[in-house]
Amino acid sequence: METFLHLRDIAKSFGPIEALRGIDLDLERDELLVVLGPTGAGKTTLLRIIAGLEEPDRGSVEMEGVDVTSRSPADRDVAFVFQNFSLYPDWTVRRNMEFPLRAPGRDLEEREIDERVEWAASLLRIEALLDRPSANLSGGEMQRVAIGRAIVRRPRFFLMDEPLTNLDAKLRESLRVELAVLRRELGIPLIYVTHDQAEALSMGDRIAVLSEGRILQIGSPEEVYRKPVSPVVARQLGQPSINLLEVKNVDGRWVVGDGIELMATEPGFPGEMLLGVRPEDISSEGGSEPGKIRVVEDTGPNWILLVDWAGSEIHLAAGKERNYSPGDEIFPQIDPERAVLWERDGN
Amino acid sequence: MSFLALERLRKVYADGTEAVKGIDLTCGAGEFVVLLGPSGCGKTTTLRMIAGLEEVTGGVISVAGEEITGLPPGARDIGFVFQFYALYPHMKVRENIAFPLETIGVSKGELKRRVDDVVTRLGLGALSGFYPQQLSGGDQQRVALARAMIRRPQLYLMDEPLGTLDADLRLEMRELIRTQQLETGVTTIYVTHDQEEAMSLADRVVVMEGGEIRQNGPAGEVYDWPADLFVAHFIGSPGMNFVEGEVADGCFRAGELELTLPYPVRPGETTLGVRPEFVHAAGERVLGGEVVMDEYMGSCRIVHLETACGRLVMRGGAEGALAAGGRIELNFDLKHLRFFDPQTGKGL
Repeated sequence: METFLHLRDIAKSFGPIEALRGIDLDLERDELLVVLGPTGAGKTTLLRIIAGLEEPDRGSVEMEGVDVTSRSPADRDVAFVFQNFSLYPDWTVRRNMEFPLRAPGRDLEEREIDERVEWAASLLRIEALLDRPSANLSGGEMQRVAIGRAIVRRPRFFLMDEPLTNLDAKLRESLRVELAVLRRELGIPLIYVTHDQAEALSMGDRIAVLSEGRILQIGSPEEVYRKPVSPVVARQLGQPSINLLEVKNVDGRWVVGDGIELMATEPGFPGEMLLGVRPEDISSEGGSEPGKIRVVEDTGPNWILLVDWAGSEIHLAAGKERNYSPGDEIFPQIDPERAVLWERDGN
Repeated sequence: MSFLALERLRKVYADGTEAVKGIDLTCGAGEFVVLLGPSGCGKTTTLRMIAGLEEVTGGVISVAGEEITGLPPGARDIGFVFQFYALYPHMKVRENIAFPLETIGVSKGELKRRVDDVVTRLGLGALSGFYPQQLSGGDQQRVALARAMIRRPQLYLMDEPLGTLDADLRLEMRELIRTQQLETGVTTIYVTHDQEEAMSLADRVVVMEGGEIRQNGPAGEVYDWPADLFVAHFIGSPGMNFVEGEVADGCFRAGELELTLPYPVRPGETTLGVRPEFVHAAGERVLGGEVVMDEYMGSCRIVHLETACGRLVMRGGAEGALAAGGRIELNFDLKHLRFFDPQTGKGL
């Protein structure tokens, strides 16, 4: 894979607040990279620095081997899509989409402009909307137009900042697929910023987990989901969150709570660790220690049970083959192959 | 026993828009009922009429057998939680929480006991001395919840209270709301457009669309036996797959697809509905598909397919990625097939 964008040691402060604390990141030429983090993690600052809307205090941005750290956004040839659609409401969809093509210095022929707008409109299935005023569109239609406006230019790369956040849950679900498929077809690199873990898992070729101005882990969705480097990363992905249990090494076994044995320890671990296990990796039977079900949630395809077990509250996902009720006793069993161990004081 | 009852409740706005079209709904004491639907379906208007914040055009609202339709909001003994926290900026967290009790004048000792109790239950101890603007959005919403829960009103009304929070926080708050409601047993009406939130919280889900109730039942029932195409698509993440075809001689047929009916369905044009988890890439082939996109979701995969019967979605195990463009053979779980009348959209 060829590197398209290379960030080295990017730092940025606003007064006393350190928004970014040394970011190293590569974007491949044909890649959708998701930057995932909670509000305040530094996601938007990072995106603005990549776009050229903000200069870093330290570090460099290289595009295709050229240092562009102090170049203007126009020089970088990037197209944005933001959370707020920012269309001109009085203009038709067509005029909004043509706008970037009519920028001074572009000098495109009318025929070329029409062709590009119609190409983008057909990709996004908004041909029928082209002559409508933008103010009359639904949220989902507006966001499609905003994406259309970004692709007509055929930029070198895309930056998207929570583009689906303001839409209904149902619409977000289908647009995230459309967007990822569209990007693949265009073959243009995209950095996609979100706080939504489902979007990150679903869309990303890789995910960069950002927290307090630092990247905690970069990897494929499966790597980050299955092998999170820390509890903080582990809790960013998965719904409901991963279960965290304090375990002790007692005579070569990991033990939780008042002596409930989980599995054999391996040499080299300290005596006390934190064990992470996802709800789908605990089965509701087969264990030795009883747990009491507090809450039963029906998600449709399966149950989510909240269970008092081993002195903790744990979530487990159970299949629909059987029914559960609050108050029922079950015997949770952790799949040791799928549990993760961290040092207790480590992040 | 119905505790809250709405009878032929109707709302027409000044511009003639009929936002709520004469709905009937009852809630039992202690029930957690979620009004679910897309924006503009009438769910918020319904909630605001129960609260007394919106004038009723027609119909009756009663609580515990007494009509409250014309009462001002203050006389209704209702606790609200809104999407926007609406905390008093000049009061510290503890004062914000205590405020509803101070206005009704309870004794000092009683006040302290109840504030302490709710502060502990919601884990707000460390934040008591801060002002709202010093808190994160999640903590502010937690304080708003505490303020609503300090009283034991007859009814809680919640209007998308988690809408502005980050996803992980939403989940935590969701569980908090549910466990608190189970403990206090106060009847709760909760409005959301998020079907996942609705499914996880509700004793009963009321699906609304176009000012009408489309279906009213426990989450599992609404999921398994959707009353119409709208509900079938709206509930589920992603929603149900549909295939247009025809029923004849105990079979459903659509082009090459031929399926034995799991239960009797009247002959004629029919829409087949099948949930993504009942489409499998194993077993006897009933249809071929080409992979458009394979979404890894951590605990499962959602695979989008192009088939001779249109776009279909399959939910499968998290292992084994499928490459885009690859062809696979599909099988449907017959006993979970559902059928709808394509004209009326109603389940058959």
